[in-house]
Amino acid sequence: MNLGYYPGCALHGSSNDYEQSLRACLGALGVTLAEIDDWICCGATSAHSLNHKLAIALPARNLALAGRQGLGEMFAPCPMCSMQLLRASQAMAADHRLREEMSAIVEAEVPSGPRVLNLIQVFQRVGLDTLKAAVKAPLKDLKPACYYGCLLVRPPVVVDFDDAEQPQSMEAIATALGAKPVEWGSKTECCGAGMTMAKAETVLELSGRILASAVARGANCLVVACPMCHVNLDMKQAEAARRLNTKFDLPVYYLSDLVGMALGLSAGELGVDRHFVVAGGAN
Amino acid sequence: METTSGAEPVTSQIESLSGSHLAECYQCGKCTAGCPVAARMDIPPTRLIRLLQLGDSESALRSNSIWQCVSCQTCTTRCPKSVDCAGVLDALRQIAFERGSLPPAEQRTVLFQKAFLDNIRRHGRLNEIELIAAFKGAVFFRDRNLGFLFRDGGLAPQLARRHKLHLVGEQAKDRGVVARIFARATDGGAR
Repeated sequence: MNLGYYPGCALHGSSNDYEQSLRACLGALGVTLAEIDDWICCGATSAHSLNHKLAIALPARNLALAGRQGLGEMFAPCPMCSMQLLRASQAMAADHRLREEMSAIVEAEVPSGPRVLNLIQVFQRVGLDTLKAAVKAPLKDLKPACYYGCLLVRPPVVVDFDDAEQPQSMEAIATALGAKPVEWGSKTECCGAGMTMAKAETVLELSGRILASAVARGANCLVVACPMCHVNLDMKQAEAARRLNTKFDLPVYYLSDLVGMALGLSAGELGVDRHFVVAGGAN
Repeated sequence: METTSGAEPVTSQIESLSGSHLAECYQCGKCTAGCPVAARMDIPPTRLIRLLQLGDSESALRSNSIWQCVSCQTCTTRCPKSVDCAGVLDALRQIAFERGSLPPAEQRTVLFQKAFLDNIRRHGRLNEIELIAAFKGAVFFRDRNLGFLFRDGGLAPQLARRHKLHLVGEQAKDRGVVARIFARATDGGAR
């Protein structure tokens, strides 16, 4: 399987452990990635908060570049990016004048495709049976709390993926790998997202609640599919714990780490050794 | 998006930007009930929408609520009348930002968003170290708070040890087109 690939800024920045993980894991599964040539930032929260037109134009430029490369599908491992790409794509699908305007703004014809995929959808495309058959080291000791956060499932009118209140797609993958995911109530609560720097208190409060909830349900790790969620729950974990006068020591894995570990890849190959919290304590 | 309320220009602009018809809201309160930061807001989402229905956009634009919002999309997801509440808050932020009418306590969030956009306008892709420096510098210039300036400074060596710190950030090759996209999106006026 060959997929168009839009890494987004985080995966080429401080969340490069996520890119390492998904490249190692998808490589082992025979999925090749064709990076979109000269992609640019999607604008993220800053664009949609301050400039509506820019929040459509920046993703539109990337859709146009993917179209130029003849890519019918575009894997965007960051849910912020994928939501912005989908939102722009839909806005232009509903309004042909907007598509013409955007094509002029971004200096390239914006096509009506390509299809945007998140990480979970890529694994679904590989197939649960294929994954199960490829498992070399079943994750029988892992009791993950699968954490979806916001933008993988919200708003459903834009992302149209799984159930917005009670998603199960990550649990299905974790189960296929031999893990025993816990049932818990915070899987779609917000971690504070991109407010890590501007409003640290908000992030610490919200992330602390999620971590405490996972621990209370007997989880021994968290699984995420978002670079921002990982920053807030892993890098900020010790600070969130101090705020609650507690300790969590809860490793936070990307979903690709989980699949990779089950395929027999090492922590070093996946970049798990670069997380702040590793199995057995803080790193 | 066609608007029918026509009560005041700002309301129409909000309806156009968010693609939502504000009169649809029947004040059930689900948006506020699910909002993870409602407790931090001076005016919760349900009441913000009500103020807009009543034509008092000024109070909504002055609220701290619009800058507390984390854009989690829970309000939009749960609205039984399909009002894009998170989109309405985006619209309020944009209008408040364009007017420069920002509550002093919320300047920090705006400085961050501005620094972020300025960063990608110049590089095409985010340069994290430069963003942090520009944001912290702007905040320090405004409120001279050394504690905030050095907050999280200890993370730098920890990130470096994990090969997560890039002294030289990536850039898009065609930065000219990025600058032109920004200019056109900013000059063209709100849709």
